[in-house]
Amino acid sequence: MSDIASRVKAIIVDKLGVDENEVVAEASFTNDLGADSLDTVELIMEFEKEFDIQIPDDQAENIATVGQAIKYIEEAK
Amino acid sequence: MELKRVVVTGLGALTPIGNNIEEYWEGLKSGKSGAAPVTHFDASNFKTQFACEIKNFDPTDFIDRKEVRRMDRFAQYAMVTAKEAMDDSQLDLEKIDKYRVGVIWGAGIGGLETFQEEVMNYAKGDGTPRFNPFFIPKMIADIAPGLISIKYGFMGPNYTTVSACASSANAIIDALNSIRLGHTDVVITGGSEAAVTAAGMGGFNAMHAMSTRNDDPQTASRPFDANRDGFVLGEGSGALVLEEYEHAKARGAKIYAEVVGGGLSSDAYHMTAPHPEGIGVVAVMQNCLRNAGMKPEDVDAINTHGTSTPLGDVAELKAIGKVFGDHAKNLNINSTKSMTGHLLGAAGAVEAIASILSLEHGVVPPTINHETVDENIDPELNLTLNKAQKRDMKVAMSNTFGFGGHNACVLFKKLD
Repeated sequence: MSDIASRVKAIIVDKLGVDENEVVAEASFTNDLGADSLDTVELIMEFEKEFDIQIPDDQAENIATVGQAIKYIEEAK
Repeated sequence: MELKRVVVTGLGALTPIGNNIEEYWEGLKSGKSGAAPVTHFDASNFKTQFACEIKNFDPTDFIDRKEVRRMDRFAQYAMVTAKEAMDDSQLDLEKIDKYRVGVIWGAGIGGLETFQEEVMNYAKGDGTPRFNPFFIPKMIADIAPGLISIKYGFMGPNYTTVSACASSANAIIDALNSIRLGHTDVVITGGSEAAVTAAGMGGFNAMHAMSTRNDDPQTASRPFDANRDGFVLGEGSGALVLEEYEHAKARGAKIYAEVVGGGLSSDAYHMTAPHPEGIGVVAVMQNCLRNAGMKPEDVDAINTHGTSTPLGDVAELKAIGKVFGDHAKNLNINSTKSMTGHLLGAAGAVEAIASILSLEHGVVPPTINHETVDENIDPELNLTLNKAQKRDMKVAMSNTFGFGGHNACVLFKKLD
């Protein structure tokens, strides 16, 4: 697992209070990991802080799964 | 229309002297102080470096870890005591009409720590507004009853009353009236506060409202003592299940006491100072007695607001003298804040619970830390000094007053 992937997963485990093995690439934040609208905003903010990037709102809307988050951050770095 | 009768069928407490009802009562009876050096933050630069904090409390023992993160401490405390009170009441969630169950809560401030953290993060940053999406919903004072209703599915009236240190007494009175008028069968009421934060301590210190007895925190809250120098900041929560009498009787509920009346008034005098003659306090006790249809002679005990401030304690006792006349010296007067500190918006709830438990056990908890007589206080009054007193009693009064001049008074009666 890449460094980015493991850091993304750690944030998700912490913020959503889910088990690490649930945090797979296909897992959707809202459908699989129990996130609500506020949680998803917070996740995006945590990714921005952790990786020192800006994720504009229109881009953030397209980040719905763990894999999409990792891919976006890898490309943004 | 005839007003319904309202009784107390469940209690919950999380206080600086005990983390549940049983421990709280044990602490009250034995005269335990909840004061100690502040642990929630580094208070070494503050004029007051101690408070009555909740001890040995891990919210994840009670609330899911993910939920905990979404709650300010004041809301966590609310959830814990609401659960204790609900369990105590043995209400069957499958059987009650949830549209007729309300949650009316009290909080003087709400999520002060959340507010402080978010604003500090913003101030420390580069000006980019990066506020957490949970900032507002965690902070707002009405989130506690909102969260309680979400947990249990109660769809009746749901709100928080805000009247500083009288907040949860206001909540209890609103709950009483909601049931009396037939709007609800059951109301979960009470209050919670968690203002032991840098902003809370600093703010109250700036007002010269708090004791600075840093060399001896445990004796700092000393209501009615000549050398009192201000209140001791406390935190925590109290919860009560109020229920319509016939509703409670029909399900064979344990009934602690009847809530027989509530009174409200305002000092209309000063933002923070009490009226020196306590005219608003006289009015609130009279309003409460009238509301309950009782005479001063019916009352056995008064748990005073008694915060241990130089002005407030004397004004309140003068007012008691005016309302109760010769009967004042027959009363057991106490201030449980001598033990718990001042729980601000939760004070009305935890003190109402102290009054209810006094009725239940026939014991009046003491006003601890009394050493020196204050010559401005009528020596004939029984202030229940330093040791609990046994008293078989019927009616107990609880007073709470808030900055802004808000006064609230509640009367509880033991069922025959």
